Amino acid sequence: MKAYLGRRYRLSASHRLFSASFSDAQNQSVYGKCANPHGHGHNYIVEVIIGGAIDPETGMVMNLVDLDACVDREVLQPFDHMNLNTLEAFRDIVPSTENLCIEIERRLSRALPQAQGLTVRVEETSNNFFEFSSDRASAPASQTRQAEGQR
Amino acid sequence: MILLTRKAEFSASHYYWNDAWTPEENQRVFGRCANRNGHGHNYTLEVTVAGEVDPATGFVVDLKQLKDVMEREVIAIYDHRHLNLEVPEFKTAVPTTENIAVAIWQRLDSKIPGARLHRVRVYELPDLFADFYGEA
Repeated sequence: MKAYLGRRYRLSASHRLFSASFSDAQNQSVYGKCANPHGHGHNYIVEVIIGGAIDPETGMVMNLVDLDACVDREVLQPFDHMNLNTLEAFRDIVPSTENLCIEIERRLSRALPQAQGLTVRVEETSNNFFEFSSDRASAPASQTRQAEGQR
Repeated sequence: MILLTRKAEFSASHYYWNDAWTPEENQRVFGRCANRNGHGHNYTLEVTVAGEVDPATGFVVDLKQLKDVMEREVIAIYDHRHLNLEVPEFKTAVPTTENIAVAIWQRLDSKIPGARLHRVRVYELPDLFADFYGEA
């Protein structure tokens, strides 16, 4: 039986959205208040959904202790209470929440090769969120949403 | 096709234990969840059904009927019960969030008039949940 385990984590960080190749006026026009020079912060929520067969001995897709340790090591330690613009991962790309979501998915998919489907959702505020799944074996719900979106 | 989700809540106790293992093994794998006196949660169940909108009613499924099926097939059996001791499917399966999602799917499958079950999501805590889509 294949099921999906979902877990939500909190992560607080600051960022500033701007492009070095734009003028100040262009940055202001594209990014608005997100381009304010000293940055701003969010309490992000990172939702991780991992797919896999339920182990008949444990009843689990993955032991939660192991998932928590992995997310702590790969995501929370590097990003929590940091200024995203200063990190190597965002040296050449804007630390938008789209890019943060993709970066987190990339780190976790590398650290969890046993996952049969991985979806990462990052909520930047209670009103906006982003989802990313790099493989085709992600949860059927995501596939439905993508399919619906293409119509 | 459109998806429709209905929520319900139930409160239950459980513990994690595999009889084939030693107490030390159970403790190592399941940690605090292996405490034999059990512990409890307020679970939130989300049932998502898929179907076409009936042009006469504008409904995918009659919400009252869906609520009644969830109440009869799941809530009446799980709510304020000890899952290991009082719910038959957990005499053998460990009542993890994953297995609860599978068991609820099996209880609801083909019992919802006019719609197909799409997903069962069970929240054990606001930050911990399991999804089951009926996949083998």
